[in-house]
Amino acid sequence: MDENLPGFITWHPVDAGQRIPVISPQLTFADTLGSWKARWGIGRMSYLVPPGLYAIGAPDSASPVVVTANYKMTYDLVRSALKGRNLWLLVLETYGINVWCAAGKGTFGTGELVRRIEACGLGAMVAHRELLLPIMGAAGVKGIEVKKRTGFNCRFATLRINDLPGYLDAGMQATREMRELTFSLKERLVLTPVELVSSLQTALYALPLLFIGAATGSAGFNLVNGCHAVIVCLAAILSGALLSPLLLPWLPTRSFAVKGAITGALVSAALVYHLKLATTVSVMAVLLSVTAISSFAMLNFTGSTPFTSRSGVKFEMRRALPLQGGALAVAVAAALVWRLM
Amino acid sequence: MKSFSYIKGVTTLELDREACIGCGICTTVCPHNLFAMQEKKAATVNPDLCIECGACSLNCPVKAIFVDAGVGCASGMINEWLASLKISKKGGASCC
Repeated sequence: MDENLPGFITWHPVDAGQRIPVISPQLTFADTLGSWKARWGIGRMSYLVPPGLYAIGAPDSASPVVVTANYKMTYDLVRSALKGRNLWLLVLETYGINVWCAAGKGTFGTGELVRRIEACGLGAMVAHRELLLPIMGAAGVKGIEVKKRTGFNCRFATLRINDLPGYLDAGMQATREMRELTFSLKERLVLTPVELVSSLQTALYALPLLFIGAATGSAGFNLVNGCHAVIVCLAAILSGALLSPLLLPWLPTRSFAVKGAITGALVSAALVYHLKLATTVSVMAVLLSVTAISSFAMLNFTGSTPFTSRSGVKFEMRRALPLQGGALAVAVAAALVWRLM
Repeated sequence: MKSFSYIKGVTTLELDREACIGCGICTTVCPHNLFAMQEKKAATVNPDLCIECGACSLNCPVKAIFVDAGVGCASGMINEWLASLKISKKGGASCC
């Protein structure tokens, strides 16, 4: 820890063997820009702050201790939500991963929490023995074991950071809403850029091949055909990684693969109409490829939602992957026939 | 969770009501509020909402809850599968 860490104001007057930074709850333009970049997948895996104990406001031995992950975006959201309060922030080493994913991996876990409590000398900093944890961290933190090993009681407070002030004001009582997950349009929208970027990165290898393959026909080099093929591919990705997640609650069935396929079929129908495709093979090639890619991309979005389960994803994958692969194979065959015509 | 639910009837969640001591920790840690206290013991009121995060079974003091916990993420599971085949150099089951 040094004075360059994000939001640093000064060092806390109490020095229990190590310095504790007092951090500002005010986010700067650099913080906002950083979050935006992370949302777009730029440097997302190394967007982190050092683990340890931080102070917000002027906490004393009676102040609450809030536990969080060292993903910089999480750290920023927590400190800005706690504006005007005096408390301790115990940041765990989750290697720059958010609380939920880190809990799933076990890095936001019992072992790290116990280690961090001891390393920070938290026992000497506060007179009480209570920690406030995000509910999504419970998948990694075993409260009774933390209590046994450190004496600290784990209170799983709220799901969302923004509910923390209300929870604190209500004497550390959560309402039902604070314990209930949501997945609003806005919450879905912020997750789509990283899906788009990662899909496009994969497509980047295929696009040049696709362009050349489509452009070089029996009639010589055709730039328009090449561009059309690239547009079809990009439309398929947009359909699965942007359109389907946004339309999630309105698309029929519970299956993500089917939801993605429905959007893909609609998008491909629009493409067929717009590109004025008339032959059976050309329609087949576009319809099947866009539907399959859209379906696969949407199946991948299961990892971004807060209501899908491992068993459910397995159930879907067993059925959907062979169909998606088969459809894509038929589409490629149709495209080859189309080109040779 | 209101208005969202995933594939029905596939969860691996099992609650042993005989073993339950009624501490209620599962009702606190479940992000989908699928547990409720009935007759001083936990009951699963809506198991189809289970996302198999494992918070309940990890925090249950008497191991009355079983769930095959893991990340419900297709690319994570594909990576896991590739890693098991030793094709992917990246390895790990992570996508986030």
